[in-house]
Amino acid sequence: MSIHIPTSLDDALALLHELPQVQLLAGGTDFMVEVNFNKHDVHDVVALRRVTELQQWHHDETTNTVTIGAGVVYAEMEHGELATLFPALAEAARTVGSPQIRAAGTLGGNLGTCSPAGDGLPVLFALDAVVNLASHRGTRSLPIGEFMLGPKRNALAQDELVVSISMKTNSGWQGYAKVGTRNAMVISVASASLVLDTVSGTARIALGSVGPTIIRCTQAEQWLQTHYDISARKDLDEAIATEFGLRVSQESRPIDDHRSTAQYRRHAVGVLAKRLLQRGCVQ
Amino acid sequence: MSETQIYSLRVNGKLREVTDAWLGESLLYVLRERLGLPGSKGACEQGECGSCTVVMDGAAVCSCLVLAASAVGADITTIEGLTDGALTDVQQAFIDEGAVQCGFCTPGLIVAVHHLLDNTPKPSEMEVKEALSGNICRCTGYGRIFAAVTRVIDQRAQQ
Repeated sequence: MSIHIPTSLDDALALLHELPQVQLLAGGTDFMVEVNFNKHDVHDVVALRRVTELQQWHHDETTNTVTIGAGVVYAEMEHGELATLFPALAEAARTVGSPQIRAAGTLGGNLGTCSPAGDGLPVLFALDAVVNLASHRGTRSLPIGEFMLGPKRNALAQDELVVSISMKTNSGWQGYAKVGTRNAMVISVASASLVLDTVSGTARIALGSVGPTIIRCTQAEQWLQTHYDISARKDLDEAIATEFGLRVSQESRPIDDHRSTAQYRRHAVGVLAKRLLQRGCVQ
Repeated sequence: MSETQIYSLRVNGKLREVTDAWLGESLLYVLRERLGLPGSKGACEQGECGSCTVVMDGAAVCSCLVLAASAVGADITTIEGLTDGALTDVQQAFIDEGAVQCGFCTPGLIVAVHHLLDNTPKPSEMEVKEALSGNICRCTGYGRIFAAVTRVIDQRAQQ
């Protein structure tokens, strides 16, 4: 085994090309748990925390696009400019583990692990994020829905890494909500992120921990758009919110596991969707 | 690096050589078992308890979740590096307020409190609770711990 600490993206990509069985290490908050409990062997590790290109983010105001480096830690999304641009991402970031975990954990790591319970992922789905990948062969960009393929499975090739995530800023409202056994330090039982775009009059809702991947509820979105004026975000009937919640829960595909039951998750995610819609329409 | 290649970590201002270590070892393990710094405690080994908290490149992190060999080049401060012998004001306040019972969580809490107050000298009650939410104490019920933090905030404000 070997451990490599490249300081540039080119060096990291060269290592991925040269070494046949590389394990990428971002914040370590998933990886080291597996190592500490002997659940996986350590082979050739490429640690990404010193790759400066991955630690940066920028806002292109001409295209309203924000590109966040894969190595930007959750602590950076909780407050400040990124939190203002993407309030839903900030809300999700604040629910990730503890301050110690948020100081280490990254969006790139969330995408690399690709757990359906990854706290940042529903927000990326609701914001129609694009995942930018690179290898020594070149670069490509995938819509988030094509990147995440299943529980802990993604479209990364063996010699590829996530460089950044690009998302458009939106006019309107966005939020995130999660159910877990307590506020700090829990893996979500069910989560949801809702984006209300007042310019296009459209809604996007994505669910976490209630299916093999993050789930976009396109039917519930369509229904809401035809039954409620999202551009105005006013006078939301309780009945509309309730129906939206029910329709969202019908699109979830949860399972029973050690954290919860499918029945509870289906119910909870509908409640989250209803509450998010009510929160987004109160102002 | 081969499986036991020598590497060096900058811990508490000193460059420390790590020899004969398996490359998959966590920073917590290396600190305790290789470098003779047993102040950081290991309980959960999965980032849930905070008893292994150290400051790395200005951020409070769980040392059990840092691959030690990947921390080459980083600045690491452990509980041992907060003082050269005398108690810090935070440690003294923990004693004076009775914020220590079994003591296992104490080093992680002390590091977390120093990190908080170094960056936010006058935190609100919510900020204190949030900053310590990753440090689990099963004895005190936190009342004495928050009292100790308040005491330090007041003392430092008077200086």
